[in-house]
Amino acid sequence: MKRRALASAVAAAVIVAGPAFAQSAKISDGVVKFGVLTDMSGTYSDLAGPGTVAATQMAIDDFIAKEKPDFKIEMISADHQNKADISANKAREWIDTQKVDALVDLVTTSTALAVMKVANEKNRVTLVSGAGSTPITNEQCNDTTAHWTYDTYSLPVGTAKAVVAQGGKTWYFITADYAFGHSLEKNTSDVVKKSGGKVLGSVRHPFPGSDFSSFLLSAQASGAQVIGLANAGNDTINSIKQAKEFGITPKQTLAGLLMFISDVHSLGLDATQGMYLTTGFYWDYNDETRAWSKRFFDKMKRMPTMVQAGNYSSVYHYLKAVKAAGTDEAKAVMTKMREMPVNDFFAKNGKLRIDGRMVHDMYLAQVKKPSESKYPWDYYHIRQVIPADQAFIPLSESTCPLVKK
Amino acid sequence: MDILGVPIQALMGQLLIGLINGSFYAILSLGLAIIFGLLNIINFAHGALYMAGAFFAWIAMDALGIDYWVALVAVPIVVGAIGMLIERTMLKHLYRLDHLYGLLLTFGLALIIEGLFRYRFGISGQSYPVPELLSGGFNLGFMFLPKYRAWVIAVSLVVCFGSWYIIERTKLGSYLRAGTENPQLLQAFGINVPLMITLTYGFGVALAAFAGVLAAPLFQVNPVMGSNLIIVVFAVVVIGGMGSIMGSIITGLGLGLVEGLTRVFYPEASAVVIFVIMGVVLLLRPAGLFGRER
Repeated sequence: MKRRALASAVAAAVIVAGPAFAQSAKISDGVVKFGVLTDMSGTYSDLAGPGTVAATQMAIDDFIAKEKPDFKIEMISADHQNKADISANKAREWIDTQKVDALVDLVTTSTALAVMKVANEKNRVTLVSGAGSTPITNEQCNDTTAHWTYDTYSLPVGTAKAVVAQGGKTWYFITADYAFGHSLEKNTSDVVKKSGGKVLGSVRHPFPGSDFSSFLLSAQASGAQVIGLANAGNDTINSIKQAKEFGITPKQTLAGLLMFISDVHSLGLDATQGMYLTTGFYWDYNDETRAWSKRFFDKMKRMPTMVQAGNYSSVYHYLKAVKAAGTDEAKAVMTKMREMPVNDFFAKNGKLRIDGRMVHDMYLAQVKKPSESKYPWDYYHIRQVIPADQAFIPLSESTCPLVKK
Repeated sequence: MDILGVPIQALMGQLLIGLINGSFYAILSLGLAIIFGLLNIINFAHGALYMAGAFFAWIAMDALGIDYWVALVAVPIVVGAIGMLIERTMLKHLYRLDHLYGLLLTFGLALIIEGLFRYRFGISGQSYPVPELLSGGFNLGFMFLPKYRAWVIAVSLVVCFGSWYIIERTKLGSYLRAGTENPQLLQAFGINVPLMITLTYGFGVALAAFAGVLAAPLFQVNPVMGSNLIIVVFAVVVIGGMGSIMGSIITGLGLGLVEGLTRVFYPEASAVVIFVIMGVVLLLRPAGLFGRER
């Protein structure tokens, strides 16, 4: 009797699970297709853009060579022009007519939030690398989005802590007046206050700007020891350049809260030497990062930024999960992505959490003096490795509804 | 002493910075006004040519070792010559057509020029150092004024008022103004009007390139530096009155000051304030502050 009950239970389980299993255990139309949406021509095109497209292609080629999958992999790309409406429309079009399975990169917060919502509605995966605001994995999180490279919580954990520890107790912010800048300013203020520092004020500049002298004068007048630059790309570059011109540095310290190696390259070591910055990746960190970065350099004639390296890592990990799950159904792939640790040149024992945050070690870097730089792109001293569990917002503080408390 | 809670010293500093930005607006809008006056072309390529001026200065330094002072003279001549080529081969076919055609053509040119530089140099751009002679600065008590910025104000005032003097007070200028009023009649007096038009466009473009070289040590030299600026400059020209020489100079400097003040009292609005003024001026004086209704 007992055995019969067990047998019928098993039979019932097979009947219920069977069709679902049969349905999901395949790749839709035999192709896994990536849609890369990035800034191909605007302010952020050097730190993402064509380099992101190249990195995605490298991930696809490497995966095919190493893992010999029995499905085809394709990629298409477009310029999202840093506009939410354009990104959302493109994502919708790609999913509906091009059968795109995963959307990649998204360099501004507005584009990321718009696309991850569309993709979630249509049950597709979004792999965010370029955008950085914390709402992506907090109040606006969803179960088909992975946020890979960095966020505005992780940046000040390294930079602001280090600068306060060096004696930079009073801060003033020059902030880009949009979601990302606000988020970065807020997260940094929290870290500064927690570390025993004080925030004297802030000024918000229109995005994008070119002349920062007025804002720098306000910062100078505040008398703060540290001027925190809560902006990115060309805005940061021009702020640093003009701070030097007005004799603000080295009297006051500048803290670039989001700086990419492309910015340092463009400004030169003379203007940036001694600055602290937090990064998710540095090409010259170890043999593995060097090997990959040199391959990237051969294609792009530039060393990769953390965004470009992160894109490779997320795409490769996604493909591994598709192979392991035997399907490209978004939720099944996401489950596999969360189960498998991320181990590649970009991250060691990285983990994708339920809120969509991929947690991995971050690095506190200090820009070298011109005399210390021995070869091209030799720009950083890595001063500290920030362990994954400190670098990102703890799940206990997360406001993502998917996190069960 | 405070004005609305802002120390007067900080205010002075901000006004001075406004004047520096105003100098760029003045040189660029002057070029636009001259071109519009004689050619009836709304030169949308102006920003791209300004950017080209900055880039040529950088290329000259990087590849040929040519220093700032030589570039300041040579680059405007080279870019001006390119401008004349554009006028001879493309713009001259459009004079009898509606303004819109000139606008579209120059807008297209601007996109092409920007695209070429972006393709070649990337978006982050290049750093141009401040020339040795002008590095460092003066301590004015209320602010630290970099020598280079002081130089920018001085030289742009000289160039702007020099151009005004040539156009309004010399014989050459009188031909130019006559050409604006009635080109056929001027031709009847034996003046080579097409040549004059070509030279005028070349001069307007050279002014843009000159501003570009001046800007190179101040801003990161990047392919979009012109398009960031040009929209504001167009607003300046509209406020000053299309084609009015003195109007564009005074409006350029004045709006730089207004923008500087906005950055003190309400920085978030500093990108919008010029357009608000433009809207108001268009409602009250459609021909602009210094323009005459035709």
